[in-house]
Amino acid sequence: MADFVSRGFGGGRRAPEHLAKRMPPGQYYEKGFPVLTAGPTPRVDLASWTFKVEGKVVSPGEWSWEQVAGLGLEQIPCDIHCVTKWSKLDTSFGGVSLDRFWDRVEPRGGFAVARSTGGYTTNLPMEDLTGGKAWLVWEHEGTPLTPDHGGPVRLLVPHLYLWKSAKWISQIRVLADDYPGFWEANGYHNRGDPWREQRYWND
Amino acid sequence: MERLTPGAWQIATVVGIKQETHSVRSYRLKLAEWVPHLPGQHYDVRLTAPDGYRAQRSYSVASSPLDAGEIELTVDRLPDGEVSAYFHEVLVVGDQIEVRGPFASYFVWRGEEPALLVGGASGIVPLMSMLRHRRLTSPGSAMRLIYSVRTADDVIFADELGEESFITFSRRPPEGWMGHTGRIDAGLVSRAAFGEGVAYVCGSNGFVETASGLLLDAGYGPQQIKTERFGPTS
Repeated sequence: MADFVSRGFGGGRRAPEHLAKRMPPGQYYEKGFPVLTAGPTPRVDLASWTFKVEGKVVSPGEWSWEQVAGLGLEQIPCDIHCVTKWSKLDTSFGGVSLDRFWDRVEPRGGFAVARSTGGYTTNLPMEDLTGGKAWLVWEHEGTPLTPDHGGPVRLLVPHLYLWKSAKWISQIRVLADDYPGFWEANGYHNRGDPWREQRYWND
Repeated sequence: MERLTPGAWQIATVVGIKQETHSVRSYRLKLAEWVPHLPGQHYDVRLTAPDGYRAQRSYSVASSPLDAGEIELTVDRLPDGEVSAYFHEVLVVGDQIEVRGPFASYFVWRGEEPALLVGGASGIVPLMSMLRHRRLTSPGSAMRLIYSVRTADDVIFADELGEESFITFSRRPPEGWMGHTGRIDAGLVSRAAFGEGVAYVCGSNGFVETASGLLLDAGYGPQQIKTERFGPTS
């Protein structure tokens, strides 16, 4: 199968040559920021919004918007990769590292499920959410995150396919065992590493 | 012959091409390792250049899973498209193309009733698989389609849209058109909606935002509205 060449195909949308190494396999170079969401965009009211961290932790926590914003605003330059094949390079988000929350709650499980307002869920091993690899974000390229992109506050885990970066995040539950989230139960890969092209169940 | 892993790449053969509109064609592919899809599911297509460069895209299946051994992918030619341009400018009957699938089990119709299908432009493609499969398996089941297109020249599957279809022409209706004109609105939704069951909305992000907002206003709960979005927004 590796030898198959598509008759008459030259490749019409390659990334600029100096960026080609940053494109995971099967991804194409996208300058925009497409929106992919299962279901309608929920309306989240920041005045009543909270972020909870629960489950297998020493001390569960709940933060209001003011408390989350009060943790500081870190700029996170990154490349993002969507399983629907587009990658956006050299973008940036503003938010706070999840490590700040882990310091407070002290997780004791190896897995987590992130939950969104509206009911969306996605599962990740704690390894992917700790050590400066995951953030709560509320700005994109210097402006407030819009609702269709997950605003007011979303999860950002840029080293995995973007469905792991739950929009409209409201809760992270730490678990002893792995438990598939929404797309993970609907045919998509459990981990979703774009560099290993882990798109679907058998990848 | 040993069976491939479900979802593994395989080489399909183009066995038929149908011009649907000025910018849309349907490609019938014969698969050696065919499995029945759920209406609404997609396949991935992969193109490989002689130097090893590869491009992939996802395309919804338009055909019913009762078409054993074959799938039909309906492809809209995008202005800066890489893979859609290849379909339209290069592929001819007899060509081979790498595909894998079917994938994703969220935006699928498993016989849910009543079902309201809401499509904008080429967003009708996965909905047509549902419509076709329902006609073959349960023609009496409650299913309606709201279909928004710009002009009469943009109507895909025109000869298959029956009395369950509510078309609106968002830009220019055909001569003598007595139906709905303009963008999808509360009036059109209220005429077609069941108010219960499931709604499947597919189209550009802007269309899906508008249509799902109208469905929420019409009494559908967020969990009753399944959406599939495509296209860049910025």
